[in-house]
Amino acid sequence: MPEPGGRASAAPLVGGGTEPTLAALSSPGRRAWSLPALDVPARVVELPEAADGLPALPEVSERDLVAHFTRLAHRNFAVDLGAYPLGSCTMKYNPKVADWAAERPGFTRLHPATPAAFSQGALRVLLEAERFLCELTGMARATFQPPAGAAGELTGLLIMRAHHAARGNPRTRVIIPDSAHGTNPASVALAGYEVVPVPSNPRGMVDLAALRRLVDTDVAGLMLTNPNTLGLFEEDICEIARVVHEAGGLVYYDGANLNAILGVARPGDMGFDIVHSNLHKTFATPHGGGGPGSGPVAVVAALARYLPGPLPAEQADGSLGWEMPEASIGQVHRHHGNFLVVVRALAYMLALGGEGLRRVAERSVLNARYLASLIAAEYDIPFPEPCMHEFVASATRLKRETGLRAADVAKALLDRGFHAPTMYFPLIVDEALMVEPTETESPETLEALAGALLAIAKEARDDPAAAHAHPRETPVARLDDASAARRPILTWFTEGP
Amino acid sequence: MDFTPHTPADVERMLASMGLGSCADLFSHLPEAVMLHRPLDLPGPLAEAEVMKHLEALAGRNRADLICFAGGGIYDHYLPPVVRALTMRPEFVTSYTPYQSEVSQGVLQALFEYQSMVAAITGLPVANASLYDGATAALEAANLAVGATGRRALWVSRGLAPQARRVLATFAKARGLELVEHALADGRTAWDSSAAPEPAVVMFAQPNYLGIVEDYDAAVGLARSTGALAAASVDPMLLGVLRSPGAAGCDIAFGEGQPLGSPLSFGGPGLGIMATSAALMRRIPGRLVGRTHDELGRIGYTLTLRTREQDIRREKASSNICTNEGLNALAAAVHLAWLGPDGLAETGRQSVQRAHYLAERLGPARGVRLAVGAPFAREFPLLLPADPRRVIRAMAARGYLAGIDLSADYPELPKALLVAVTEQRTREELDGYAAALAEAVADA
Repeated sequence: MPEPGGRASAAPLVGGGTEPTLAALSSPGRRAWSLPALDVPARVVELPEAADGLPALPEVSERDLVAHFTRLAHRNFAVDLGAYPLGSCTMKYNPKVADWAAERPGFTRLHPATPAAFSQGALRVLLEAERFLCELTGMARATFQPPAGAAGELTGLLIMRAHHAARGNPRTRVIIPDSAHGTNPASVALAGYEVVPVPSNPRGMVDLAALRRLVDTDVAGLMLTNPNTLGLFEEDICEIARVVHEAGGLVYYDGANLNAILGVARPGDMGFDIVHSNLHKTFATPHGGGGPGSGPVAVVAALARYLPGPLPAEQADGSLGWEMPEASIGQVHRHHGNFLVVVRALAYMLALGGEGLRRVAERSVLNARYLASLIAAEYDIPFPEPCMHEFVASATRLKRETGLRAADVAKALLDRGFHAPTMYFPLIVDEALMVEPTETESPETLEALAGALLAIAKEARDDPAAAHAHPRETPVARLDDASAARRPILTWFTEGP
Repeated sequence: MDFTPHTPADVERMLASMGLGSCADLFSHLPEAVMLHRPLDLPGPLAEAEVMKHLEALAGRNRADLICFAGGGIYDHYLPPVVRALTMRPEFVTSYTPYQSEVSQGVLQALFEYQSMVAAITGLPVANASLYDGATAALEAANLAVGATGRRALWVSRGLAPQARRVLATFAKARGLELVEHALADGRTAWDSSAAPEPAVVMFAQPNYLGIVEDYDAAVGLARSTGALAAASVDPMLLGVLRSPGAAGCDIAFGEGQPLGSPLSFGGPGLGIMATSAALMRRIPGRLVGRTHDELGRIGYTLTLRTREQDIRREKASSNICTNEGLNALAAAVHLAWLGPDGLAETGRQSVQRAHYLAERLGPARGVRLAVGAPFAREFPLLLPADPRRVIRAMAARGYLAGIDLSADYPELPKALLVAVTEQRTREELDGYAAALAEAVADA
């Protein structure tokens, strides 16, 4: 059997210690920059509001600058180093061909004010990617303006509001499950709606009876992730959608977990009206340490008139132009969203095609189910239904028997060369560890990851003190978050203790 | 292509260990009504070389070769190769938001340094770890001010980018906020102090969308006298030559950070910049990285003041933002450190010098004139004798992206073209542009 590959590390190759800031490396008069000399006659320009000094930026050589950021890179874990089973984040392998595509000068050097006649390739990228998203989700049209998932949620909710307002009453409330991502309620509030939580039933699904009691003609709609944040497929989804539709509401699909159902089932066929997807999750664009992402929103035909615009459209002469949907909610991004992220996603989708995308769903579910089965001896999964692409395990038993909490398991995993799962989410599971291995990990890696999780449990029983002391192999040990928040040091201009 | 590692034997072994016969069994618990019983109707799969060929062809259908005189917030500055070299490091590119600080010190420290340098150029003490872009940063600044003052009116200069004003309008409607626009007179904001209702924020751009340098004291004074916050949108590349919003007394600085480290990219990804006064620290939206120490006393960095954020505060959060523009913030940090104080000032100075050189060459002899008389920095509106769309087409035929057509956004300036100049535009290009514009205007 093949080996699972080397143990990943975020520790510096040599030296260890801390890395000084650029401010500490700075020396007056040192510089990296160069510019051609001014080749037009210098003139006196009386600028109002002229600066009366130079900004306090560091002064470093290019050599020191490169060494500094390279050393910082060595202090960071990443998908390219090893398994990153961070639940709900879909940290799959990011194909390099997609990065290559996004670096074409024909894309990177294109100014957004370039008229449509001279940016036909860019408009075609948006249309081709839109076709993929609409077929995968069962929707009619899509916008790529939202630059991240939360922006997609807000856009979808504004479309929901516009739909109801056009019928004379924007309505007041939006229902979300108690297991929802924090962005859902935050987006609902920003869209001017009141959040109404619907509880989960003992099987981890939306409590249909409770939903029926909550739905009335003040409810603008329901936001749902399916599979839900417990990694379970909502078995009553068609009935859920019917209940909301019957009261005139709309059903919104949060695409955080779309990976599990690509080519298997489509939100549109389940009764969803609005879908956002995260290109930086499902469609393998890199997360960049926290962005840039892309959160396109797709809608059923009846809602296409409300989409943000302009949208690319075929003209009579066969060329592409921009058109504003007739009842558009307006603009939600400065230009056309995170275009280069869309280029990456298109490269990925073209490479896989329909059959490859369905294989993504199958193998992401296969990997999650397999990993869950390997750790069942020590970690309970509180719900009986088979999981989809991720599962939520609970460290409650371990905590009761050994005192080791979910956070301790996560920190111990870092020492064993893996990134930690998502901890303490969703909020409805005690000591939650949300694990999403993704389809790009091999069975050998999953077995090594399971072996690490079981070894952590064993250490908790054999040597509890050691089990609580992790991590020790990382660039820093556990940090004092409390003092960071009590007396914030947010820049190098603030003196530290 | 296939990015999954499983061999058929792997799949069989894994399924068998769980008592399953086929991959279809993994989905056997899904309701029959939702199953898609047909192959997806999509192009592909393509081999890697075919993907490359296809996207190269699409890229080739864009006129990205035009010499760029368009700006409006997105500028064609020199991007040193060191920015790409460092921001393409896979440790940065393929990591998530740094929730597990112990293995994310690289990203966290880089963002702390980004925050420090944004604070340095804006002259304000608190900067966040990035927002999406300049327009959504305007929205976040408005939300911040609404929360801080309890008022619901936004006093916005017509000199704020039209895209930012449109994004504000999109959200203001849903949230019941009132947008009060203050007109321009000869290119500068003519603030109407008798406007109503009372503002949460006095919001403007410095320089404004037309490239004109605004009067800081007028805007900040109005904010003080009305009890509003003063929020300035900045052009970061000019902060070595123009007074910083902090020095001018603003409470919030925000703006489009693309010129720092990011290519034009058809407008995205860009970078939303935000910095505030110390008083607003606990209200600022987005991630904040703070310095602390670990249990062994070593310096370390962590996400902090997390109780502002959506995953903790849910519907009471200061914003819904989660994923931001981390990699673009890293690029901005590398670029700012490469420039240093002198490089930033020289980039600004040359952009201003070259813009004024060009403006002097675009007199009535070329059939055009400056649309306003107020002092500009590196961008200016030109009045054309012909439809700007036709002139832009005629200029493209001569190899130039002439600028931005202002006629839809500023009908009060009929047939106006917004022309931007960066330090990259050589004398030859500036002279060539002036000559070509005279011909293009005549043609159009």
